[in-house]
Amino acid sequence: MKKYFAFFRLRFSMGLQYRAAALAGIITQFVWGTMEILMFRAFYHADANAFPMTFQAVSSYVWMQQAFLTLFMAWMMENDIFSAIVDGNIAYELCRPIDIYNMWFSRSLATRLSKAVLRCMPILLAALFFPAPYGLMLPVSLPAFLLFFLTLFLGTGVTVAFCMLVYMACFFTISSAGVRMVAVSVVEFFSGAVIPLPFFPDKIRRIMEILPFASMQNVPLRIYSGDLTGSAMGQAVALQLFWLFALTGIGKLLNALAMKKITVQGG
Amino acid sequence: MKLYGKYFMIHFKSTMEYKTSFLLSCIGQFLVSFNVFLGVYFMFQRFSKVEGFTYNEVLLCFGITLMEFSLAESFARGFDMFPNIVNKGEFDRIMVRPRNEILQVLGSRIEFSRIGRILQAVVMFVYGFTVSDVHWNVQKIAAVLFMLIGGTVVFGGIFLIYASICFFTLEGLEFMNIFTDGAREYGKYPVCIYGKRILQLSTFVIPYALIQYYPLLYLLDRGKSYYILLPLIACLFIIPCLLLWKLGVRHYKSCGS
Repeated sequence: MKKYFAFFRLRFSMGLQYRAAALAGIITQFVWGTMEILMFRAFYHADANAFPMTFQAVSSYVWMQQAFLTLFMAWMMENDIFSAIVDGNIAYELCRPIDIYNMWFSRSLATRLSKAVLRCMPILLAALFFPAPYGLMLPVSLPAFLLFFLTLFLGTGVTVAFCMLVYMACFFTISSAGVRMVAVSVVEFFSGAVIPLPFFPDKIRRIMEILPFASMQNVPLRIYSGDLTGSAMGQAVALQLFWLFALTGIGKLLNALAMKKITVQGG
Repeated sequence: MKLYGKYFMIHFKSTMEYKTSFLLSCIGQFLVSFNVFLGVYFMFQRFSKVEGFTYNEVLLCFGITLMEFSLAESFARGFDMFPNIVNKGEFDRIMVRPRNEILQVLGSRIEFSRIGRILQAVVMFVYGFTVSDVHWNVQKIAAVLFMLIGGTVVFGGIFLIYASICFFTLEGLEFMNIFTDGAREYGKYPVCIYGKRILQLSTFVIPYALIQYYPLLYLLDRGKSYYILLPLIACLFIIPCLLLWKLGVRHYKSCGS
């Protein structure tokens, strides 16, 4: 456990070094957030009754989404891992007395967290000062806020566990680009990155909420904006835990399979 | 032009060596922009109109914007890899060759997997056309053609700016995404829904509205007749982009190992 923590710490402090990139990211996310809210505003003006959440909740959802983007965006995968598999550097990693799945897991987790730590504060602060319905609202209550943090971590775990499946798939397909792109678009759509899940028609939404993708950003963001409460919230958290274990389990299984038939490439 | 053809063939052959990966990438590209469409579709399941635009009209707008972007992207995406070229000092190689630098950068990478996205654009474009209630006549078809030309030039110009900035920063700037992928993403709706400020900004600073919103109004019989020419005026945007590029090339200092 200690060695994986060391990997985690290493990556984490490495991620903190990229401050200029973080600044650029903050600007980008800020603009994206603004545009997104302006778009929802237009729809809100068009028909306020058809809005499934309050406008304030949507604004909070969007700002939180932008602030913690790096935790949940599926396209933020570790390129080193892909290139290690493709060019044969994987051999070095296999020589080490560690489990490759756990190492990669802690590394990816660290990269995402370090990026989020750098980026979230300025965005959240600025969003708090936006005028009423467009800004970030304060958390509804203390328990909800704590639960938001808990689900934020669970959601990140599910996202990383899912990305691990894509890395593992790369062992079998070698060229990663295709699998990766398909996986990313599926995640984006079903996790509520394109439009929040409450905006979907009820029937479709019910199915989407059971899928692992809904356990990623959907749960924490909706808990924060006060859209998800009561028993539905409990169910969502339970589902998150389930998917975290299930995806990790499948990932480990694939890992074991891949280790049996691994070919080291390159020369 | 002949040289570009040659570059084209080389990239085509090398892509064809990895057929499965190519196919999957195509599907991936297709899915990425399909997501955007689904987003629009489900929003309109709930709302019937936005700022006076119906679903069909938004689709037409989305189809045209996506087409403009895809056209620009399929040949100007070489600029996307430009930070790498500058970083590794490969631009030296380009400079010593007796050919136009822009042409060489364009030829350095041609992404055939964008076919997926172009295909998606064509599907959206055709679909947008068939469901729209536009009464087509010669002027309107001309307007669409102008939009495609203007759009390709404007997006090409933005890619060029992205590359030119690399001369100064040596790395790609993430926030330029706002103007490229962001513009595609938000171009799915007519610019005016984002409010007056954004409309002004995209009329006078970066002419998105000239290639999207105003000609669209004309197509829908809501605009004045000179709107038809606005996309051509938008082409002027390429001039400052080229100037910036020239400035960048002069500023270039070789780096890398």
